[in-house]
Amino acid sequence: MVNDWAADKETFPMPWGKLMMWIFLLGDTFIFSIFLIGYMKVRISSLAEWPNTSEVFALTISGVHVPLLLIAIMTFVLITSSGTMAMAVNYGYRGNRKRTAQLMLATALLGAAFVGMQAYEWSKLISEGVRPWSNPFGAPQFGSSFFMITGFHGLHVSAGVIYLLIIANHVRRGHYDRKGYAIVEIAGLYWHFVDLVWVFIFAFFYLW
Amino acid sequence: MRSDSDQQHPIGLYLKIWALLFVLSAMSYMVDFYQVQGYLRWALIVILMLLKAGLIMAIFMHLKWERLSLKLVLFIPPIAIALLVLLMAIEGEYTFLNRLGFLSSE
Repeated sequence: MVNDWAADKETFPMPWGKLMMWIFLLGDTFIFSIFLIGYMKVRISSLAEWPNTSEVFALTISGVHVPLLLIAIMTFVLITSSGTMAMAVNYGYRGNRKRTAQLMLATALLGAAFVGMQAYEWSKLISEGVRPWSNPFGAPQFGSSFFMITGFHGLHVSAGVIYLLIIANHVRRGHYDRKGYAIVEIAGLYWHFVDLVWVFIFAFFYLW
Repeated sequence: MRSDSDQQHPIGLYLKIWALLFVLSAMSYMVDFYQVQGYLRWALIVILMLLKAGLIMAIFMHLKWERLSLKLVLFIPPIAIALLVLLMAIEGEYTFLNRLGFLSSE
């Protein structure tokens, strides 16, 4: 480590884009942390009972009442997309262009499915009367926390889907055969980060 | 240019981690499904969350194979976040108690 910093050479031996992505993700970590901390603060200091997320996000499918079902499915979809992305990175470094593009496309489709389910969840809650300033279930701060946190995360997923589609198309056309496939890994870092954030949102917002 | 530990891991590794993440997610869902409550609930949620986050970072994001310099860049700044969590938790309790006192004296 000392040698990395003290020797007369680059401190971080990696493509600059990858380092910049890591720095960006570190900044993004702070943004999401601040949202979650804000949520924690209003939840601790609220006198009104916090809505029971298990019930708020429950679905009734053919007469069976299942708590938190949609959120569980969204979690599995996002984890699966992370798995396909990790494999895409691996195939990228092996120079398998076709497989890489296919797996990235699968990742983007799963991401789009996630956003679709989130849109459904939003419209369901809005039709039930949840607003950023009030809701029928309990503490009024629930709405603003929910829309802010999941909205910002959903925005990240949507941006990621577009990013992945663009890179996947370039991969398919053989754009990176000469330049190297580090770009797939960089896109992958972003995508895994989005999944990582969801792990925390799932734990703190939906399960707590 | 690419000195970061050639990313040649068998695909099987990713499938295994993926399956593991699936199981962990299912377990955290079960925490809610069976309505585990109290400290056990919070402990389970946090442990499962940290396991999942660790797996994603270490394997999927390849942090396990990165150099210490990068790991330190990524893990030292979030100490500030931990500190803010602590401060805001204290502040939140304080606000809560003040509200209780104020509203009961009305």
